[in-house]
Amino acid sequence: MTDNRDEHKPLLEIKDLRKSFGDNLVLDGISFSLNPGEKKVIIGPSGTGKSTVLNCINRLIMPDGGEIWLDDTEVVGCDNINEIRQQIGYVFQGFGLFHHLTAIKNVMIGLTKVKGMSREEAEAKATAELERVGLTDVSDSYPAQLSGGQKQRVAIARALAMEPMLMLFDEPTSALDPELIGEVLTVMKALAREGMTMLVVTHEMGFARSVSDEIIFMEKGHIVEKAHPEKMFSGPELQRTKDFLFKLDELYGKGGD
Amino acid sequence: MDRLELVQRSLPALLEGTVVTIQLTVLILLFGLALGLIMAFGQTYGNRPIRFLVNIYERVFRSIPELVLLLLVFYGLPNLGFRIGAFNAAVLALGLRATAYMSQIYRGAFQSVGSDQLTAARSLGMGRYRTFFYVILPQAIRVFIPPFANEYAIILKDTSLAYALGVTELLRQGQYIIAVHYDPLTIFLIIAAIYFLLTFGITRLLKLLEKRLKIPGLGAEMN
Repeated sequence: MTDNRDEHKPLLEIKDLRKSFGDNLVLDGISFSLNPGEKKVIIGPSGTGKSTVLNCINRLIMPDGGEIWLDDTEVVGCDNINEIRQQIGYVFQGFGLFHHLTAIKNVMIGLTKVKGMSREEAEAKATAELERVGLTDVSDSYPAQLSGGQKQRVAIARALAMEPMLMLFDEPTSALDPELIGEVLTVMKALAREGMTMLVVTHEMGFARSVSDEIIFMEKGHIVEKAHPEKMFSGPELQRTKDFLFKLDELYGKGGD
Repeated sequence: MDRLELVQRSLPALLEGTVVTIQLTVLILLFGLALGLIMAFGQTYGNRPIRFLVNIYERVFRSIPELVLLLLVFYGLPNLGFRIGAFNAAVLALGLRATAYMSQIYRGAFQSVGSDQLTAARSLGMGRYRTFFYVILPQAIRVFIPPFANEYAIILKDTSLAYALGVTELLRQGQYIIAVHYDPLTIFLIIAAIYFLLTFGITRLLKLLEKRLKIPGLGAEMN
């Protein structure tokens, strides 16, 4: 990142985010921020609120307290959430492709039905976005005819078509067969190189190491530690972080590229 | 009078009855489709008291025999000061029953669209209505057709129960002819054939529609 970072206002700023489901305290005061173009990866054991953080940012889940600033807009209290959501790309484990629409129509629908773009314009845009994720030959295929990796790439193209200022990825490769993970990560890395601001929940340590500016380790609704990936992998401050990373290594292999 | 002549001479009256049967079927279907849709919305998207009321309605009307409903409406309502004709009583009684079943068919169709798709729609900035019209509805229609075809067949066949209230639908027209000519086998066979054609023909059409609307790659049969 450049030296004048301090002059920049963060693109995303989260302050003291809180959320409980019934008696279960899921987020207990989470704060962090992303500058334009920054990429951060959230890691942590399952059930520690990583996905909840992402879901609060586009308010798929309503936080109980705290503030979320996207550029100049406060998301938690805003009354035009559908406009905010258009500016936040969201890609998640389950793809969420619309079964009744072909790949290209999946990418077009947000443009035509939400943004009010003309059909021709949307089709050109969708074709370009599918090309960007390396999918041109399957644009007329239906989701059920695509592989998991292709589905997720269509989902990424659909999110990108909306021209978001921020992309959220919630375990985008967790539902994929091992041999299909690579194609999705490749697309995500290319996106990172293009300068997209990204917040990613993943267990893919290779990706985290090579792409992210900071790794945020979360557990039980808290941020335990955040650090640059090299620092995180060479020697995290806390024993707990070490233990967790060691376990990930066992499960997913070393954080190479 | 031989069989063939009997068939020829009774056909006009039976067709007249068939028209009444079709009228009953269409009205009950529309009744059930309209009210069932409202019920399904209440049950799927409504708050707790609404869901509770709809559940009770559905349980009640799915648990009472059609004939009892017919008699209750036709002979019972006048006690409360509502006097309606036999035809209308049949539409009302069978329509109330159809509503209960239709609401379940709708509900199943709406809920067949997985939560991942709804999440995706919301994250794209679609509000409730856009999500319903552009994501849920197009897929729900496809899920709706097979059980709807089934319900159509049930409603059509159940209109014969209006016979009990004196509605001159297909079965009662037949009964009149039998009373004069006494050939129950021939007449009942013709009646059975007409019911069969009406059921088979329409369900066949709906099957074709279902095939036409099928989403490529989805479902067991791959073409």
